[in-house]
Amino acid sequence: MSVDKRTVTKIADLARIAVGPDELEPLVGELNNILNWIEQLSEVDTDGVAPMTSVVEVDLPWRADKVTDGGYRDEVLANAPGSEHGFFTVPKVIE
Amino acid sequence: MAKYIQGATGDWEVVIGLEIHAQVSSEAKLFSGSSTKFGSEPNTQVSFVCSAMPGMLPVINEECIRQAVRTGLAMGCKINLRSVFDRKNYFYADLPQGYQISQFKDPIVGEGVITVELEDGSTKDIGVERLHLEQDAGKSMHDQHPSQTYVDLNRSGVALMEIVSMPDMRSAEEAGAYFRKIRTLVRYAGTCDGNMDQGSMRADVNVSVRRPGAELGIRSETKNVNSIRFMMQVIEFETRRQIDILEDGGEVDQETRQFDPATGTTSSLRSKEEAHDYRYFPDPDLLPLEFSQAFVDELAKGLPELPDAKKSRLINDLGVSEYNAGVLVAEKENADYFEDLLGELTQKTGKDKDKLATQAANWVIVDLFGALKKAGKSITESPVSIQHAAELLSLQVDGTISGRIAKDVFEIMLKTGSSPEQIVEEKGLKQVSDTGAIEAMIDEILDSNQGKVEQYRAGKDKLFGFFVGQVMKKTQGKANPQVVNQLLRPKLDG
Amino acid sequence: MTKLTELTLAEARDGMVKGDFTSRELTEQYLSNMEQGRELNSYIVETADIALNMADKADQMIRGGNATGMTGIPIAVKDLYCTKDVHSASASHILNGFKPKYESTVTANLWQDGAVMLGKTNMDEFAMGSSNETSYYGPVKNPWRATKENGTLETKDYVPGGSSGGSVAAVAGDLAVAATGTDTGGSIRQPAAFTGLVGMKPTYGRCSRWGMIAFASSLDQAGPITKTVRDAAIMMESMASYDVKDSTSVERTVPNYEHALTGDIRGMKIGIPKEYRMDGMPSAIEKLWQQGIAWMKAAGAEIIDISLPHTKYALPTYYIVAPAEASSNLARYDGVKYGLRVEGDSLDGMYKNTRAEGFGHEVKRRILIGTYVLSAGYYDAYYLKAQKIRTLIAQDFAKAYEKVDVILTPTAPSAAFAMGEKSDDPIAMYLNDIFTVPASLAGLPAISVPAGLSQDAMPLGLHLIGRAFDEETILRAAQVLEHAAGFTAKPKVWWGDK
Repeated sequence: MSVDKRTVTKIADLARIAVGPDELEPLVGELNNILNWIEQLSEVDTDGVAPMTSVVEVDLPWRADKVTDGGYRDEVLANAPGSEHGFFTVPKVIE
Repeated sequence: MAKYIQGATGDWEVVIGLEIHAQVSSEAKLFSGSSTKFGSEPNTQVSFVCSAMPGMLPVINEECIRQAVRTGLAMGCKINLRSVFDRKNYFYADLPQGYQISQFKDPIVGEGVITVELEDGSTKDIGVERLHLEQDAGKSMHDQHPSQTYVDLNRSGVALMEIVSMPDMRSAEEAGAYFRKIRTLVRYAGTCDGNMDQGSMRADVNVSVRRPGAELGIRSETKNVNSIRFMMQVIEFETRRQIDILEDGGEVDQETRQFDPATGTTSSLRSKEEAHDYRYFPDPDLLPLEFSQAFVDELAKGLPELPDAKKSRLINDLGVSEYNAGVLVAEKENADYFEDLLGELTQKTGKDKDKLATQAANWVIVDLFGALKKAGKSITESPVSIQHAAELLSLQVDGTISGRIAKDVFEIMLKTGSSPEQIVEEKGLKQVSDTGAIEAMIDEILDSNQGKVEQYRAGKDKLFGFFVGQVMKKTQGKANPQVVNQLLRPKLDG
Repeated sequence: MTKLTELTLAEARDGMVKGDFTSRELTEQYLSNMEQGRELNSYIVETADIALNMADKADQMIRGGNATGMTGIPIAVKDLYCTKDVHSASASHILNGFKPKYESTVTANLWQDGAVMLGKTNMDEFAMGSSNETSYYGPVKNPWRATKENGTLETKDYVPGGSSGGSVAAVAGDLAVAATGTDTGGSIRQPAAFTGLVGMKPTYGRCSRWGMIAFASSLDQAGPITKTVRDAAIMMESMASYDVKDSTSVERTVPNYEHALTGDIRGMKIGIPKEYRMDGMPSAIEKLWQQGIAWMKAAGAEIIDISLPHTKYALPTYYIVAPAEASSNLARYDGVKYGLRVEGDSLDGMYKNTRAEGFGHEVKRRILIGTYVLSAGYYDAYYLKAQKIRTLIAQDFAKAYEKVDVILTPTAPSAAFAMGEKSDDPIAMYLNDIFTVPASLAGLPAISVPAGLSQDAMPLGLHLIGRAFDEETILRAAQVLEHAAGFTAKPKVWWGDK
């Protein structure tokens, strides 16, 4: 399988990464190189093989339903590029 | 019974499916230890996990697992002993991780069937496809600043149960009955407070129309509808809109829409072409969620009696009318009040429950609900305690006061909060059953109404009521009506 | 007298406990070396004030008789660990200015034991790279330079390997006694091999990932980078812990790893996988591997030929799984909560501009690959397929461990290469991790030990892979290799005042 400019534009959009017109062509080439190399996996017979879910053989730990965290707004907002009145701020979303 | 909608070109059938999001009742969030309390200052219930700081990891809240299983059991659905948390990837201002932890391929709860009752007394089975656990997003506020959107992450990470129905509903009424039933069930199970005002329950409404018997039509999905009334409006509006499009020879777009409560209409949010590609994959920060059947059985044992079982017990064992039973079980608090009252009343009077249930049910539904409605209060805020209510009813049962007087006593109870026994005592409202006293009064009344006595004896039977009324008036309603009847008739009949 | 900064971690520990010198003296010498060594670009941030403060506290601990193995030991911390109120950016521009308000579990464990933080080390951006050339803060220079035929040192720069390039350069250049690294596909072991150091990746789940800036969650593990195997054992014990904040952390007692270093591997079964004999592998590597086998045999180990049939698929599998997880893990860098924001004409515009400017080219490439392999219609063919092959790779190892106790391979297919040599060819770069990636995919512990030099006198490493949670056996075997190899070479100082 290989990707074209349209596909790369689409995935860049899904990933929210602006790609300039001059960057697109080289990216298509680079991604296809990698995808072609990955393609060798198709020769492996994986019928009836369960996909790996975790390399550790342990049970998912459960925590008690207790309030043990939060309540430190200043620290949560400390690194925010934009904040006002205790909120994070972002460019206005028009709905 | 098919319910078709008549269009200009023939009959149409509407097909509805619901995705109900119910907030799990828990102290802390699904994957972090922050509080779930409603209405706090912005971003005060936010941890480094909820705000997706680099290197933060999710750890699951065991109560949320229990609540999802309880809900699944209450809905009679299959419980999956192994389920998987997936990441649903998309960007939005109030989604700090850039993905929502949800369950995609392997949800915690599988299929089941919900039976709903419709206004005409018929029932309908509606399939439940699944219930899965997922994180809520934060809240964006677009109207606080001219150029900025404000983001509050207090809700970010709160546990939600998404309950997905099969496309089995065929009218707004059915959808409403289904939503109400789910709400009743989660409230009985104690897994969601069902509080729609605070957004604890909301629905994505899928609507399509088709010619009767035809293939499923293209559907629209209206997001985040937060009341049953609105949901029914959405269905009505979408049905009309889609039929109009199809009858004009157009095609319905598969799209996501939003509801405007002010106009009762929906409008397009995004089309299928702009639809998200969520790139689900199992969350590598979490292992599969696994538990034993014994864990499920233990939770099943802890569940309270559910509305369907309760209703049939009220009808079959206690002799409550079907209508009254339906009203009482619809809200768990009402049913609880009724049952507690009945228990108390049984103790006080020494009579069996089934002898008292009808009277108690009538009193709760007519007198108490009426008073609560007038006062704008819920049953949990009832100004009349179970104790007092039982006292009031038992005064009636043992003949101390009449039903008429009981209503007056109840009025006074509402105003003063005093106990009915005290009121009856202080105001001297005890029913008069002393035959001698009543007989004397009857004689007096017959004497001073000779003309009416003549008319009665001449065949005007209806006047019997007049004489009863006179006696009651004279005793300020305290005369035992049965005794009055017994004494009055032989005297009038001469 | 040996300079204090040439001591191993164990020697420094013993010297401080005996009272030969203080942590403050040791720390001051390192701070001075760091100043001299800035040309290496191994540190992004030097934290001298914090270091001296911690050193004084450590000296108190030592005086009070409360010293642990790490007390007073000046170490460098990879920039990927969140350290409270200190630059923590995974060497990415997108985390511009980010100073977390929390401390990672692994570093908190180290500070609890009295270790001293010298600064945050450079690395490949988000740990994506094998040469430390993708950092926003510029490439790291390997303290080692090849020796020309005429016996003089090359003047060009060599890469230190990656992604923990700053950490290894700091330790190899005597700018830290030891350093924390992280290993996703070889990011501790390959750079350790490139710089003549010991680098260990423990079993997945042995160290908490809480507070480590995620690259690929199912693969990322913390581990030590040290001068000797004993040092690795001491540091490993401090870093490892069960953490209730990490759902993939494993509840197991942390053993005293130093006790495992008995020097006795008689009867130990060493597996030699035939699939690791790659075409075009430099003869020096093949020779070193054979030498390693001979050393183990001489020490009384039994050598057993084994097969790990899916080895060749490990690398492409890794390049599906890791980018897929990364594409999701890196979605949180959106200009809203922390780090860089580049304004745009809308919320989406802001996202796109921020991420275009904030991420470097290699990171973007991997995000795009990861996004693609997870997207509708491709998930089964790529991601699901890769996770199935991952199961087969883990099964290969499980089968091998029915017959052997450890597996011996080379660490990397070459010695450190010159800067810029492979930066235009992603796949050539990815091939650096060909021997380290399989253990990562299976979650197994592995260690690289310096074992010899290439023809042009650049360090080479041998690699031991163990059973899950059997760090003790690979440490014991590694120390035997280390002693047999007698690797004592150090880079000739060409930087600073010399």
